Amino acid sequence: MINLAGRDILHAWGRFVLTGIGLGLLIGVTLSMAGIYRGMVDDAQALLGNSGADLWVVQKDTLGPYAESSSIRDDLYRSLLGMPGVARAANVAYLTMQVTRGGADVRVMLVGFEPGQPGEPGYLVAGRPVTRNHYEVVADVKTGFRLGERVRVRRHDYTVVGLTRRMVSAGGDPMLFVPLKDAQEVQFLKDNDALINERARSAANPQLNRPGVPGLLEAIQASQASSHNVNAVLVQVKAGVDPEQAAAGIRRWKHLEAYTRVQMADILVARLIATSARQIAMFLVILSVVSAAIVAFIIYTMTLGKIREIAVLKLIGTRNRSIAGMILQQALGLGLIGFVVGKTVATLWAPFFPKYVLLEPGDALRGFVIVMLICALASTLAIRAALRVDPASAIGA
Amino acid sequence: MSETGIRIEGLKKRYGHGEAAVDALKDVNMIVAPGEVVGLIGPSGSGKSTLLKCLGAVIEPTAGRMWLGDELIFDDGWKTSDLRALRRDRIGFVFQAPYLIPFLDVTDNVALLPMLAGQPNALARRRAAELLAALDVGHRAAARPSALSGGEQQRVAIARALANQPPVILADEPTAPLDSERALGVMRILNDMARQYRTAIIVVTHDEKIIPTFRRIYHIRDGQTFEEAGEGRAL
Repeated sequence: MINLAGRDILHAWGRFVLTGIGLGLLIGVTLSMAGIYRGMVDDAQALLGNSGADLWVVQKDTLGPYAESSSIRDDLYRSLLGMPGVARAANVAYLTMQVTRGGADVRVMLVGFEPGQPGEPGYLVAGRPVTRNHYEVVADVKTGFRLGERVRVRRHDYTVVGLTRRMVSAGGDPMLFVPLKDAQEVQFLKDNDALINERARSAANPQLNRPGVPGLLEAIQASQASSHNVNAVLVQVKAGVDPEQAAAGIRRWKHLEAYTRVQMADILVARLIATSARQIAMFLVILSVVSAAIVAFIIYTMTLGKIREIAVLKLIGTRNRSIAGMILQQALGLGLIGFVVGKTVATLWAPFFPKYVLLEPGDALRGFVIVMLICALASTLAIRAALRVDPASAIGA
Repeated sequence: MSETGIRIEGLKKRYGHGEAAVDALKDVNMIVAPGEVVGLIGPSGSGKSTLLKCLGAVIEPTAGRMWLGDELIFDDGWKTSDLRALRRDRIGFVFQAPYLIPFLDVTDNVALLPMLAGQPNALARRRAAELLAALDVGHRAAARPSALSGGEQQRVAIARALANQPPVILADEPTAPLDSERALGVMRILNDMARQYRTAIIVVTHDEKIIPTFRRIYHIRDGQTFEEAGEGRAL
């Protein structure tokens, strides 16, 4: 038997392919939206994975260094090292900020870490690790910095000594790794004018500048010009130790909040990304409805353009299911072209997105099934119209 | 007449009910022998289209009897439950315009019917090639309908009507858009095909150019048919 749908498509292939391409661009946008969500989740997972920590110890009653502001003293790690089950503990400081490169702003997450401890970049793709205590930086390649390039952060210039990859914040900002002391300074210390102003205010305060207490003012001013706070302590537990058990001990005895990797992942994905995910899901629904409407409209108008032929086909004995099959096959064909185009363009333009777009094969498969279902659903309107065509209309009156 | 192509006795068709009922066909009687071409002529509103739809098994008559060949197919109710198969296998249609399927080539336009009837593709195409050759359009077998002249398209439409060797062909104004020469050419083909394939052909027409070619004519007026001898002018 002749494949009527295939012949009709070949007969008007230009219009069909162009329509398929149009639909494909829409599907490409849909797949990209799903990829953006996957990228956000993957960024969050990468952030946790790259830290190398089993526990995040943060200020009590806060959600930790990524979701909320957390400030704890930088000597806490020593007492944490004495806790049962703790193998390693290291201070980290996080700060999202803008740096300038070639006159353009680059949004980065500045990470202060201690070399050789949890929190350092997991691997390098070029250069060497940070070996000095100051003014060296390892940058994620997404920042655009090159080896040897100078980076201005607040008052100081840093040299890029190493490059890493896929080290991003939960928001997708690429990371700059600097020595912890530098990060503390950037995060907590004020500029010179502010310091002078603060010193003058302290000197003018009789409570702080007591004539009978020599050295008090100097001690206060010195404390104002230094920082001993960090955002979190990253903890690795000993082999065989349950992280939740170690976290419970820290919560109980140190009056701090300690999150396991699972809890931190939940904070990042379920709380930080949740709104964005809902936003993207809304877009996906809208794009799906628009795609369905477009396919329905196209297939419907294509069918209306063939009403006379359909009447003749019915009159000469073509089964209703053959006619319905022809329309359904055309809708599915349109969906297939659209999906191939959509998947191709989504793959091609994914690297040009400023944030990571992760196109998972599973999503593509689900997308394919959904596209086909939408096309099948969209064809029902046209099938209904075709089945209502009276074969008598081919005879004339 | 020993054989019957199509025979109708006391066919009636009523639309609507009660006071709003309209009797489109009141008492239609017709008989067309295999190989015969008869004309069906009537003014607008006479019931011509309704009769054509009844003959074409598209709408069900209200009463009467109808035979295709020796088979009684309507006797106050269709004897066949599958009108679609009846139209496909036992009735051929030729329209005012050819109404060929534009996305099929000429061969497949003709072969589609045997294929719908379940014939293997190769056999259906062979049958189509024979008919196209008989109608002198065999050289356009691979062309799309849009590449054919009006006359060629009409010959392909006739080939399609003959594809399943139906006992009857219904031709609805098949010469209306044609000039005299071409109209008579179409009638010549219909007569030749009727003789060659032993098909009864009913030609519904207003076309004065072809009316003299019929040996028998059925006039339909107010839902009733009257038979009349035609001139039977040689083609």
